[in-house]
Amino acid sequence: MTVPALEVRGLAFTYPDGSPALRGVDLEIARGERVALLGPNGAGKTTLVMHLNGILRPQRGSVVVGGLPVVEANLREVRRRVGIVFQDPDDQLFMPTVREDVAFGPANLGLRGEELEARVRAALRAVGMEEHADRAPHHLSFGQRRRVAVATVLAMEPEILVLDEPSSNLDPAGRRELADILRSLDITILMVTHDLPYALELCPRSVVMNGGIVVADGPTREILSDEALMRANRLELPYGFFPAAVRELDTA
Amino acid sequence: MSGPHAHALYVHGHTPVHRLAPEAKLAAQLLFVLAVVATPREAFWAFGVYALLVAVVVGLARLPIAFVAKRLLFEVPFVLFAVLMPFVSRGERVDVLGVSLSVEGLWGAWNVLAKATLGLAASIVVAATTTMPELLRGLERLRMPRALTSTLSFMIRYADVVAEEMRRMKIARDSRAYDPRWLWQARAVAAAAGALFIRSYERGERVYLAMLSRGYAGSMPRLEEAATPAVVWAAALAVPAAAAAVAATAWVVGR
Repeated sequence: MTVPALEVRGLAFTYPDGSPALRGVDLEIARGERVALLGPNGAGKTTLVMHLNGILRPQRGSVVVGGLPVVEANLREVRRRVGIVFQDPDDQLFMPTVREDVAFGPANLGLRGEELEARVRAALRAVGMEEHADRAPHHLSFGQRRRVAVATVLAMEPEILVLDEPSSNLDPAGRRELADILRSLDITILMVTHDLPYALELCPRSVVMNGGIVVADGPTREILSDEALMRANRLELPYGFFPAAVRELDTA
Repeated sequence: MSGPHAHALYVHGHTPVHRLAPEAKLAAQLLFVLAVVATPREAFWAFGVYALLVAVVVGLARLPIAFVAKRLLFEVPFVLFAVLMPFVSRGERVDVLGVSLSVEGLWGAWNVLAKATLGLAASIVVAATTTMPELLRGLERLRMPRALTSTLSFMIRYADVVAEEMRRMKIARDSRAYDPRWLWQARAVAAAAGALFIRSYERGERVYLAMLSRGYAGSMPRLEEAATPAVVWAAALAVPAAAAAVAATAWVVGR
């Protein structure tokens, strides 16, 4: 068997104020998979994400990224392999221009000159923002900023792309454009979201968290069709949306 | 206020002045101001030459005269006191239209007014032809410490974000019929300022996490770039060089 892209074993974490956030999470994601991470607010999804690139360290259990354990000595390589796109692009885009912002990650990895330029160009092309390289982030629309945020992470050529609420605050067209971009990437994706149709559209597999543990893991369509499971975990489909009736999209 | 890099003082254009390297422009501006300040106030002709120099650069940069004139009004509150000088200074006095004015005060007022106006005009030209990221890059290449340029850069980046947040809070406040008339009713404004501070502080933490996630290890990566060619420096420094020559001549001949 090949090495999984991500391997989380018995991960537990309690915040300093004593509130337990994770109580033994097990999760394995194979290379090239697109997985949705679902669950109500406070389920521990964000805490789990913060463990994937070593922002938070496990108090119990372990996180392994492509065979590399997330420990102090590996942090730099782990942060290259795991690219996190945060929910608010204004938190992620902090440089004066789009180009400099996209260059920030690879420059931290030691890239310079022509090689760095090529990385930046490729990442911006992947999200269709090439012609906006010299603009300031605050002069872009929200959807454009979200796409640049994705590019800043892609420029580091990660192995796993982790997205926190990628469709939040996007207008329907922006949401669609981002979906097209994510589908076009040849990369492992873990997507934290409340947008269940988006999960169904993009991710064949879903993981449901509640109370700091994984309570369900399976094909997205089955999970969204399981009414008892959905109700128990405060998950609700939009009015008139029936996952079983959605035609299988050609996502190949 | 057009174009993708707009800051309030920037005038979009594709002129030789716009294209000059930012560090050369900044250095030229500083040296020009130094030359102006060092000129004896009695040398009227020298100030005429300086004004001409600035006018030539304004012309090269194709800046609208009205724009520059309007921006010059910025100095009014600062030079108001200069207008008072002829009235309140002591010493020898002259009568102008029946009003007794101090000679020393008149000289002082002229000195402040002329030098402030020229200095401000030079700054306006640089600001109007240089985008914010370019200015930052220029300061960096002039060896300003990275800690300072990074701080400036973050400040500029988030000023709009915070202002927008403040605007939303004000709208929310006003929507609930908040209409303070007296100072002691301003409590809600103070509370909002506090909330804004906390929010900005939290945003700072989130930005830092995002930086860590992209491999930030304590210092901003320095991207080496080609050095600015000597020709560019020469072109930019021609202006302060001319000004320095004028200042020197004024000292030797002018008085």
